[in-house]
Amino acid sequence: MAEKVLVKGNEALGEAAIRAGCRYYFGYPITPQSELTEYMSRRLPEVGGVFLQAESEVSVVNMLYGASCMGVRVMTSTSSPGFSLMQEGISYMAGAELPAVFINVVRGGPGLGDIQPAQGDYLQATKGGGHGDYRLIVLGPSTIQEAIELVMLAFDLADEYRTPVEVLADGMIGQMMEPVEFPEMRSLDTLPEKPWALTGAKGRKPNKITSFDLDPYKLEEMNLRYEATRKRIIANEQRWEEENIEGADILVAAYGTVGRIMKTVMEMARERGIKVGLFRPITLWPFPYKRLEELSKGVDTVFTVEMSGGQMLEDVKLAVKDNAKTPFYGRMGGVVPTPEEILDQIESLVKGSENR
Amino acid sequence: MNAKVVMKRPDSLSKIDFTYCPGCHHGIVHRLIAEVIDELGIREKTVIVAPVGCSVFAYTFFEIDGTVASHGRAPAVATGMKRARPDRIIFTYQGDGDLAAIGTTEIVHAANRGENITVIFINNAVYGMTGGQMAPTTLIGQRTTTTIHGRDPKAAGYPIRICEMLSQLEGPTYIERVAVDTPQHVMKAKKAIKKAFENQINGLGFSLIEVLSTCPTNWGLPPVEAIKWLQENMMKFYPLGVYKDKTREEAKEGIV
Repeated sequence: MAEKVLVKGNEALGEAAIRAGCRYYFGYPITPQSELTEYMSRRLPEVGGVFLQAESEVSVVNMLYGASCMGVRVMTSTSSPGFSLMQEGISYMAGAELPAVFINVVRGGPGLGDIQPAQGDYLQATKGGGHGDYRLIVLGPSTIQEAIELVMLAFDLADEYRTPVEVLADGMIGQMMEPVEFPEMRSLDTLPEKPWALTGAKGRKPNKITSFDLDPYKLEEMNLRYEATRKRIIANEQRWEEENIEGADILVAAYGTVGRIMKTVMEMARERGIKVGLFRPITLWPFPYKRLEELSKGVDTVFTVEMSGGQMLEDVKLAVKDNAKTPFYGRMGGVVPTPEEILDQIESLVKGSENR
Repeated sequence: MNAKVVMKRPDSLSKIDFTYCPGCHHGIVHRLIAEVIDELGIREKTVIVAPVGCSVFAYTFFEIDGTVASHGRAPAVATGMKRARPDRIIFTYQGDGDLAAIGTTEIVHAANRGENITVIFINNAVYGMTGGQMAPTTLIGQRTTTTIHGRDPKAAGYPIRICEMLSQLEGPTYIERVAVDTPQHVMKAKKAIKKAFENQINGLGFSLIEVLSTCPTNWGLPPVEAIKWLQENMMKFYPLGVYKDKTREEAKEGIV
């Protein structure tokens, strides 16, 4: 680990990708992530990489498809409307089992929305997004330091499971500046071999990469293979953080920027004599259902807070079942909730339980 | 015995049988491409990006690495491939629905960047795989399943001339329209395809060869009559010829 440097989130995300061995970036400008595109345009030529500004997000995702076919580490970054445009290509990449990393610096929606931080793309990210039976691995950083680590992890998971991986950040992560430490630059020699890549049929049979078969039985076989991979990911890759769980009056489920705000809320709550526990999923897919289910058996209430109308809430309810109450508080449209307003909600929920 | 092989299946064609209808020109063009790949000795480093449409299986018909792009996006996929591995030879094979309708953005910008790839563009003026609907290249008055009284420009616009349009751009190196309706034209088409691959090998940039082709099934004509219809109708609206050739311009400049 090197010394601490003060960087903007978007630039840190880009540098992390380069340190993970990514030398190919295709992108299209969109706020609030444009600094990441600009950073890659400057930085990639310095390390012998390739930057290309495409004509649309539709083209971007297909350029990723092409580069990934050649066996290299490749990424893009975008924000909500741009990520929607990429869905067709992501579905093709999932079907073709092509690794790549997508950073979505989420903004307020739906439609053109605004350019403020939001979490309204959770369902799109975690439930498929495009057509067909597939899931992306979705990682939700809550600080810039964690974002760096998760971008590095994203490339490893993408290669290991041959799947696109999404880093679901938001405008807060992208725009904020924080002191961080960068890991060492990964040597390209240490990247995994990809014998399936389309590098030319030299001394071997031709490699074919496709998400396609007109024979339904063969396509079902392909789908069963995808499903087997999903099962391995679910078994091996669930990540979360839990804090102040022991003897908590209430358990809060929050991810990303709200997960970070909750750290402040927990301190403030302690001063008011309320013990708040935090369950912060880091892999939004695979969602850590089992652990949350276990924890929910020890509390009266699992309170979900999001910058959305209640999207992760659906997964929280699937995990908690009838073990605890599952109230929700959310702000939408790019409004970031203050620690005070979250604490007020917690206080009334805890008092409500005591009065019962 | 001193037997000399005068004709054989190109090494770059796989053993898989074509799925094309009788009289369709895809098969001829496939063979020409395979012969060119063999002659240039690039089979082991060439990658095909097949489209969505009748030629969706093209990636299986060549004994080379290959993939299928989503509808219209082959030039973007090829761009990603070429940028990642500039020493490989990348070509797209696209029909008129794929390239001239849904894929216009991708082809225009790949051409405009002068992307060092080769594009083989099959124009048969109809959507084949989906059953004969109007294509962007369908001629005025031509009947299709979505223009049963003939294409009316008031409702459906005009057929689009891709070679003419792309040749206005600075980026492309070589753009030619050919046909495979006669033996002479077949030989000319092969020459054009070969040049389009040679340009890429020599790092000269974007080449596109449009091949006027028949679709007897969806035109509702027997193969020989389909060729006649192509000659009498398509060739008038889509004249054969070289629309852009920077290599020739540069040669000229050299002489001056």
